[in-house]
Amino acid sequence: MSVVTLTINDKLVSAPRTATLLDAIQDQGIDVPTLCHLKGLSERGGCRLCVVEVEGSPRLAASCVTPVAEGMVIRTHTEKIIKYRRQMIELLLAERNHVCAVCVQNGNCELQTLAAKLGVTSVRYDYICPDLPMDASHERFVMDHNRCVLCGRCNRVCDEVEGAHTLDMAGRGIHSKVIAGMNQPWGTSRSCTSCGKCVQVCPTGALFKKGSTAAEMKKQHDFLLWILDGREKKIWRWS
Amino acid sequence: MPEASPKKDAGNGKPAADPRYKGIDRVLKRQQYKQDALIEVLTAAQEAFGYLPEEVMIYIARQLKLPFSWVYGVATFYHFFSLKPQGKHNAIVCLGTACYVGRANEIVDAISKEFNVDPGQTTPDGELTLTTTRCLGCCGLAPVVVFENQVLGKESPDTTVDKIRSVLSGAAPAATGATRVEQEEPLPA
Amino acid sequence: MAQSELDRQKQFRCRMLVCASTPCISSGALAVEEALKKAVEAEGLQTEIETVATGCLGPCSRGPLVTVQYEGQPDVAYEGVTVEIAPFLLAKHAKGLLVPELDNKAIPADWPFFAKQKKLVLAESGTVDPEKLESYVARGGYSALGQTLREMTPEEVCNEMVKSGLRGRGGAGFPTGLKWNMVRKAPGERKYVVANGDEGDPGAYMDRTLMESDPHRVLEGMAIAGFAVGADQGYIYVRGEYPLAAKRLEKAIRQAERKGLLGSRILDSNFNFRIDIRMGAGAFVCGEETALMQSIMGRRGQPVPRPPYPANRGLWGGPTLINNVETFGNITTIITKGATFYAAYGTEKSKGAKIFALAGKVNNTGLIEVTIGITLREIVFDIGGGIRGGRPFKAAQTGGPSGGCIPSEYLVTPIDYETLQRLGSIMGSGGLIVMDDQSCMPDVAKFFMEFCMDESCGKCGPCRGGTVQMHRILGKITNGSATMEDLSKLEELCIMVKETSLCGLGMTAPNPIYSTLRYFRDEYEAHIRDHHCPAGVCQFTEKPLRIAVA
Repeated sequence: MSVVTLTINDKLVSAPRTATLLDAIQDQGIDVPTLCHLKGLSERGGCRLCVVEVEGSPRLAASCVTPVAEGMVIRTHTEKIIKYRRQMIELLLAERNHVCAVCVQNGNCELQTLAAKLGVTSVRYDYICPDLPMDASHERFVMDHNRCVLCGRCNRVCDEVEGAHTLDMAGRGIHSKVIAGMNQPWGTSRSCTSCGKCVQVCPTGALFKKGSTAAEMKKQHDFLLWILDGREKKIWRWS
Repeated sequence: MPEASPKKDAGNGKPAADPRYKGIDRVLKRQQYKQDALIEVLTAAQEAFGYLPEEVMIYIARQLKLPFSWVYGVATFYHFFSLKPQGKHNAIVCLGTACYVGRANEIVDAISKEFNVDPGQTTPDGELTLTTTRCLGCCGLAPVVVFENQVLGKESPDTTVDKIRSVLSGAAPAATGATRVEQEEPLPA
Repeated sequence: MAQSELDRQKQFRCRMLVCASTPCISSGALAVEEALKKAVEAEGLQTEIETVATGCLGPCSRGPLVTVQYEGQPDVAYEGVTVEIAPFLLAKHAKGLLVPELDNKAIPADWPFFAKQKKLVLAESGTVDPEKLESYVARGGYSALGQTLREMTPEEVCNEMVKSGLRGRGGAGFPTGLKWNMVRKAPGERKYVVANGDEGDPGAYMDRTLMESDPHRVLEGMAIAGFAVGADQGYIYVRGEYPLAAKRLEKAIRQAERKGLLGSRILDSNFNFRIDIRMGAGAFVCGEETALMQSIMGRRGQPVPRPPYPANRGLWGGPTLINNVETFGNITTIITKGATFYAAYGTEKSKGAKIFALAGKVNNTGLIEVTIGITLREIVFDIGGGIRGGRPFKAAQTGGPSGGCIPSEYLVTPIDYETLQRLGSIMGSGGLIVMDDQSCMPDVAKFFMEFCMDESCGKCGPCRGGTVQMHRILGKITNGSATMEDLSKLEELCIMVKETSLCGLGMTAPNPIYSTLRYFRDEYEAHIRDHHCPAGVCQFTEKPLRIAVA
């Protein structure tokens, strides 16, 4: 396999000619934030978090979709880029409703982790707080549009790996939305195989398994009275 | 509700007698049922139905052998397609730069107020749809309004509202030297 | 064919050319043509006088326009011709009567609007009948295609383009010859040529006019490109809002195919080239080349990261040449008149002439073609006839939502790709909107940002979220609820979105803010600090912003 040499953060490294910049950077153990990228899926180049500076190029390059080239000089963590990444995270947090305290994914969320890592402690932009629905019609999974970052991982895994193409993106711009079938309740879509791959690849709490939300954890103590009254008094109290 | 059950319509989901499907079928055939022709087919459907009803999109998805979500995703990406029925009359206000500088937004506000309809919406009685568009390329005539397929140039809030009102009330359209766009030329043989 | 058409035209001692492009049709040009025809018939002059529906003449706000060509006399153009006036034209020119009604309708031959222009691409627009192939051929049409097929190799055609110095007219100004050579050399079984006619910039209608007025010129340019790069299939992507352009192109394609000028074995050579029309469906982002290709392939028009570039891997994986419609309009001129002739026009780095759509607060609006390097002053004050109502010039906006505003101190700068970029704007596809002191800059910036927000495809985060936030801040500025901190947030966002976005739409979306902040910062500050709009546009209601998010 032919190899190219490039400089990443002042260090001369080599990488296979077919690699992307992100591959080469991660090979060096450098942690570049990513969101829409996931090994095993096609690259989308949409979240822009993995942008790096390429010497001699007027533009920043999204490392996940940029092929390596001989003699490239890359910087992954300049002050400017770190600032941009923070701004991007802020924009994502402002875009929908990311209220970690009441989110099923709290503690295991990629967006939350990224925000913490990049030191995003507050969001300076207006929260847009769109009024978005939650789709719990599927027998096993729930889609909560409020937590979605539109990374498109679920669409890609559904199309590329499962082959069902139940999920796709509808609308455009800020009105983009992940849909199932004809924008129908997910549970009514016949093409969905309930494989759960989309849930597994979702970086946030936008897709999750039923039975894992805080409300579903609530214990029911009053059933005792219901049963006992029924047994003994033949009265069933509807509280 | 899109029950989307392929069994429900074991045929091809086409109501047998609806002649509006003919236009769609013609384009499907001309494009040899190529998936790449989705936009052309949707355009034909939009022209035949005035909007894209769900069953039509399902029909198209079946014919082109595409997933439903794919068709829906494409249909909602482009502004030209509408998933809701349009009003009997359609007022399109151009909001291109020249028209904007010519205060076309005041025309939108005036129509919106007068007929109680927001841009992009249709009045509850289904009479009037108010839409805005980005530049019709008639900047020399700014601000421009298209109503009843007539391009009206150098409009003001009052003149536009008057024209719409007279048409909605059943009076003859106020012709001001405007020409119907549709009849501009006979189709080539 | 050319000769027979010329002979046919010679039979008439007088030709009346009625402009039948969209703006003039809106002003009633078809009724005028009808009236003229009737008048000619009533006088029994059908054999002597011909009325022709042609393409655009330029000064669209003065329509309907009629040009009278009389044997042995200079052409006279009339503006604002109505059905009532039309018969007078006949009386004056056919019978030699004096008609005082026409005196103030005739456009003087030395009118600067025409005199200062240099028409290379639009040379035949307004004289040929766009619906008749013969009419185009009579003016030398398709001779360039014949010449290339007979006398040139693909390499020579590409090199001719390189020598001409032609640069892409879509906005970025990439050297056309270089692009052609890239596609020519790219390996691939099937190659494609795409003409980008998805002219989405509000206020720009150069491509539409060219496609409506001289469709065969575009087709011929595409065919030559197909020969040069080795493609046998072309697509012309027409913006959905241009039904007339699509109809005329379709007719033109059919005519050309029938005469063997398109299709298989063109002009008895071994060269095959088909052209199909693809209609856009209302998405500005489809003007971006990768999004446009997605749209041609029937998908959501979302841009795809480059590389691979379309020249290497485009439509269906094949090498694809994408040029703007106007770029293709230049090809025939370069081939027939030679690269050296072409390169004589323009500046050192930007050759030829460029079409602009002049609109806004100038006296003469319309379509103009000027040599690159002309100053803004000449365009606004000579061709445009100055600002309407004698008000002061404030700024000219070029490049639409991807461009910026040029203030009065740069009126003397020659316009070319590089200077405009240096001034914080872009050449863009050629929209040029003139603003006077009644235009509020933050409000204009807000207008463009709203456009970009609506048109953002939603694929990449910075553009999707950034445009919304920038629009919000501008909304606060124009309603008086912004603070100086908002202004610095706005600037920060501008830079971030510009540098990190996926495609050209996002990268250039902040330009209107950026350039107005650069030249009119005091206006922004007046809005924020003093709650005062110097142009008197903004109402400081401080009502909460209405941004519908579904």
